[in-house]
Amino acid sequence: MRGFKDSAGPQKVPLWFNPKVRAILFQFMTLGMVGLLAYYLISNTLINLERQNIASGFGFLHKESSFEIGESLIPYSAANTYARGLLVGALNTIKVAFIGVVITIILGTFIGVARLSTNWLLSKLAAIYIEVMQDIPILLQLFFWYAIFYETLPSPEQALNPGAGIYMSNRGVAFTIPEGHPAHKYMLLAFLVGCVIVYVMRRWARKRQEKTGQFFPTFRVGIAIIFGLPFITWLAFGTPMKMDAPKFIGFNFQGGLMVSPEFIALLMGLVLYTAAFVAEVVRAGIQSVSKGQREAAMAIGLRPALVLNLVILPQALRVIVPPLTSQMLNLTKNSSLAVAIGYPDFVSVANTTINQTGQSIEGVALIMAVYLFFSLSTSAFMNWYNKRVALVER
Amino acid sequence: MNEEISMNTESKVSDKAMIEFIDVHKWFVEFHVLQGIDLTVGKQERIVICGPSGSGKSTLIRCINRLEEHQRGRIIVDGIELTNNIKNIEKIRAEVGMVFQHFNLFPHLTIVENLALGPLWVRKVPKKEAEETAMVYLEKVHIAEQARKYPGQLSGGQQQRVAIARSLCMNPKVMLFDEPTSALDPEMIKEVLDVMIELAREGMTMIVVTHEMGFAKSVAHRVLFMDFGKIVEGNTPEEFFEHPQHERTKLFLSQILH
Amino acid sequence: MEQAVQAEKLRPPVTHIGVIGWARHNLFNGVFNSILTIVTLFFLWKVVPPVFRWAFIDSAWHTTGQACRQAAGACWSVISMNYRFILFGFYPYEQQWRPFLAMMILFGLLFYSRDRTHWKKPLAYAWIIGLFTMGLLMKGGLFGLKPVESTQWGGLPLTLLLAVFGLTAAYPLGVILALGRRSKMPGVKVLSIVYIELIRGVPLISLLFMSAIIFPLFLPEGVTFNKILRAQAAIILFTAAYIAEVVRGGLQAMSRGQYEAAESIGLSYYLTMRLVILPQALKIVIPPTVSILISAFKDTSLVVIIALFDLLKTTQSVLSNPEWMGFSREAYVVIAILYFLGCFSMSNYSRMLERELSKRD
Repeated sequence: MRGFKDSAGPQKVPLWFNPKVRAILFQFMTLGMVGLLAYYLISNTLINLERQNIASGFGFLHKESSFEIGESLIPYSAANTYARGLLVGALNTIKVAFIGVVITIILGTFIGVARLSTNWLLSKLAAIYIEVMQDIPILLQLFFWYAIFYETLPSPEQALNPGAGIYMSNRGVAFTIPEGHPAHKYMLLAFLVGCVIVYVMRRWARKRQEKTGQFFPTFRVGIAIIFGLPFITWLAFGTPMKMDAPKFIGFNFQGGLMVSPEFIALLMGLVLYTAAFVAEVVRAGIQSVSKGQREAAMAIGLRPALVLNLVILPQALRVIVPPLTSQMLNLTKNSSLAVAIGYPDFVSVANTTINQTGQSIEGVALIMAVYLFFSLSTSAFMNWYNKRVALVER
Repeated sequence: MNEEISMNTESKVSDKAMIEFIDVHKWFVEFHVLQGIDLTVGKQERIVICGPSGSGKSTLIRCINRLEEHQRGRIIVDGIELTNNIKNIEKIRAEVGMVFQHFNLFPHLTIVENLALGPLWVRKVPKKEAEETAMVYLEKVHIAEQARKYPGQLSGGQQQRVAIARSLCMNPKVMLFDEPTSALDPEMIKEVLDVMIELAREGMTMIVVTHEMGFAKSVAHRVLFMDFGKIVEGNTPEEFFEHPQHERTKLFLSQILH
Repeated sequence: MEQAVQAEKLRPPVTHIGVIGWARHNLFNGVFNSILTIVTLFFLWKVVPPVFRWAFIDSAWHTTGQACRQAAGACWSVISMNYRFILFGFYPYEQQWRPFLAMMILFGLLFYSRDRTHWKKPLAYAWIIGLFTMGLLMKGGLFGLKPVESTQWGGLPLTLLLAVFGLTAAYPLGVILALGRRSKMPGVKVLSIVYIELIRGVPLISLLFMSAIIFPLFLPEGVTFNKILRAQAAIILFTAAYIAEVVRGGLQAMSRGQYEAAESIGLSYYLTMRLVILPQALKIVIPPTVSILISAFKDTSLVVIIALFDLLKTTQSVLSNPEWMGFSREAYVVIAILYFLGCFSMSNYSRMLERELSKRD
C-alpha cells in the first residue's frame, strides 16, 4: 500500500493540470486567435476602402438612387433615396414570400396527402413529383419557368387566352378584376365582421356543447357567414358587376391586374420546389401517428371526420409544424434568387445599390441582417411552439 | 384468480345470440385468413380464443367491429347485420368495446379527456356528465387518482386499465380483448386480469384473445382453439384443457402449458 | 368436431384478386377514388401524348440551329452540338481528357465507397490520393501536363469540384463547431453558436456575394485569390454550419453512458471524442449528411450569379449564342436530368443506408 505523503489535506494540483485553468487558457487562446484574425481582416479592409475612396457608414442611404425598379408596392422613382429603394425591395420580398408560403402550404399538403392515398395512381404521381422536384436545383427551375415566359409565350398581340379574361404573353399575365367600386370597401368590412362573429360563435357553441352535449355545426354555419355577409353586401349595392378587363392598347395590355413574368416565374419556381419538401413533411407527420390511434378512435365509434380532427391531426401537427416552419424559412431565403431573373426583391435592389455606390460591406451586411431577422424570429416561434405542444411524458 | 370462481358452471348464457358468425371467410389478397368461421356468442357469455400466431384469432374479433372487412358469410351483432352500411357499422361500434394489445390511448389528451371523448362526441353527452361518468369508471379500475395525468406518465398496466375504462364509458354490450396483456411487463399482468375478472363477475359478454390460460380456466364459459383460419376445437375449460380432442390442440397446449 | 379437410380450396371472390382485384382495390375502391382515378387518367391522356410527340417524334437531335427552328418539336441539338462546351467550359479543347479523367476517378471512388464493407483505412487514403490527383489533373504544371489556369475551369468538373471539396473541407470544420457548441466553456460555446446561427440564417447567395465582393477587401494589397477559390471558401463556410447542426444531433443522441464509460476509463476529452463518441455519432448521422451533400451539389448552381462558369452558366452561354437562342426549354431539361440523376442516386443511397443502419439495431 502506497503511503500518502500529504495526508493532512488535498494535494495542490499543478496549474497545468487543473481543468478549470486549462479551460480558461483555451478560451483565452481561441478568442485571442479569432480576435487577431478579425483585426487583420478589418485593418486590411479599412486600408483597401480608403485606397478606393469609398466612405464607410450608412450615409449613402440618404442619397438619390437614380435607378428605377421594375415593380413596386409603394410609389417609387429614381429620384427617391436608396433607403426607399431598399424598402421597395423588402416589400417585394415579403410579397412573394407571403403569397409563396400560402400557396406552398396548400399545394404541399395536398401532395403529401395524395402520396398517402389508397389510390395507386395518385400516390405514384405524387411520389414522382416529390422525387423529381426535390432533386433539381431551384435556380434551374427558376430559369426554366422564366424561359417559358419569354421564349414560349407569344407577344402581347397574340396573347394566349386560356380562360375568361386572362391573357398570357411574354410580358406577363393580365387578369380581369372587378372594377373599383365603393361596395368593395363595405364587402371587406362585412368579411371582417363575419370573422369576428364566427369567432364569438365558436366559443358560444363550444360552451353550449360542454353544457348540454348538443353539437352545433360551427364549420358549416361559419363558412356561410364568412362568405354570406360580403355576398349580401354586394347584393345590397345592386350587384355591381363591372369588370376591369385588360385591353390590348398600343404595345401591351392596359387595365386589369398585370403580373410580371419575373414575379410569376419566381413564384412558380419557389412554390413547386418547396411544395415537394412540404409534402414529405406532411406525409411524415401523418405517418407518425400510429395506426392503432385511428383504430382506437374508430372502435369508440367516432366518425372519420372526428377521428381526423380530434385524434390524428393534433398529433400529426406536432410533428409537422417545426419542419414546416423550416421550409417556409427556406422559401423566404430562396426568394433571394430573384436577383438571377430580375425580380426586384431586397437582394436584387441591394445588389444594384452596391454596384452603384461601392458600399459593398454595408450592402451585404444589410442583406444578412434582414434575413437573419427572418430566421431568428422563425426560430423563436418554433421554440415557443415546441414547448407549448410537447407531449407530457414521465 | 386464487379463489375458485365457478362462474363457468353457471349457465347464465341466454338463448338470444349476441354475436353470430355464419360461414365467414376473409382473404388478405390471396391469403385465406378466415376459412369458414361459424360461431355463436350468447349474451353474457365469455369466450377465450387461443391459437398460434397467424391463426386468424385477432382478425376474427377485429371483424366484429369492422376494423377488418369480411368477404363472405355473415356477421350479426345484437341483431344488426354487419355490411357496408355505415349506419349499421356505427351502431355496432357503439355497442362493442375493444381493448388493444398496445393500449392506443390518445397521448395528447389527459386520462379523463381520453375517457370522455366518446360520450362527448358520439353520444352527445354534456361535458360535465361525461367527465363524471369517466371518474366513475376510473374508480372502477382503481386508477382515479391519475385522472388529470397524461398517458405518457403512466405505466403499461395503468394504461391498459385506463383503456378498459375508456371502452366501458360507452356502455358497450360486448367487450373484445385483443391480447390485452401481451405487451405488459410480467408484474403488471395481474392488475389488468383482475379488472377483467371483475368485469366478468358483473356479467359482461366478453371475447378475449389471450395466452393467459389461468384466466381462461377461471372465467371462460368456452375456450376456442384456432389454427390456420379455422376454429379447430371449442369446449368448456375443463374439457378443453383436460381432454383436448385434436392433435393440433394437444400440440399447442403442450407448447404453452409447460 | 373437426371440419373435414376441404377437397376444393375456396378461392377469394374473383373481384378481389388478380388484375381486377388490384385495380378494384387500388384504383376504384369507393366512389371518390374512382372519380379521382378517372380525372387523373383524363389529365394524363391530355398531357402525355403531346409532350411525347414534342420530345421524341418531332424533335431534332443532331442538327444546326437553323434546322432546329424548322422542326416542330424539341431541339435537342442545342445539347448534342455543344456538349463539349457545356460539360467542360473554357477548358482547352485538346486537354479536355484531363477533367474527364478526373471525373471518372471521382465517380470510381464514389462507386467503390457505396459498399460499406469497403470503409476501411485504405479507402480514406485512396480518397486523399484521388482528390489530390484530380486537382493535379485539372491544374497541370507537373508531369508534363500543360498548366491550365483555374479561370478556365468550368462545366461539370467545376460543379463537382465545388461540391466535393466543399463537403470534404466543411466536414471537419462542422465537427469542430458542433463540439464547440456543446462545450461547457462559454467563450467557445458562444463563438460556435454565433457562427452557426449567423450562417444558417442567411441565404447562400449573400455569402457568395461576400466572397465575390468583400473577400478581396480582406486581403492586403496585391494579394489576390482567384474567384473559384473564394466561392469555394464561401461554400465551405456555409456547408460547415449545416454539418455542425447535424453532427450536434448525433452527439445529442449518444447516451450519457458512453461519455461516462469513457471518462471512467480515464480518456482525455480529445481521446474520448476521437475513439468513442465521434465514430458512433458520425455513423448515426450519415443519412442527413448525405442529404447535405445533395444540397451542396444543388447549391453549386448558385455560382452562376457571381459569374462562375459552372454547368448552369456554360449552358446559359450557349443559349446566348444567336444560333441557339430560344431553346432554353430543351437545354434546361437536359441539365435538369443530369442534376436529377446525380441527386437521385445520392438520395437513393442515403435511403438504403438508413434502412441498413436501422436494421442493425
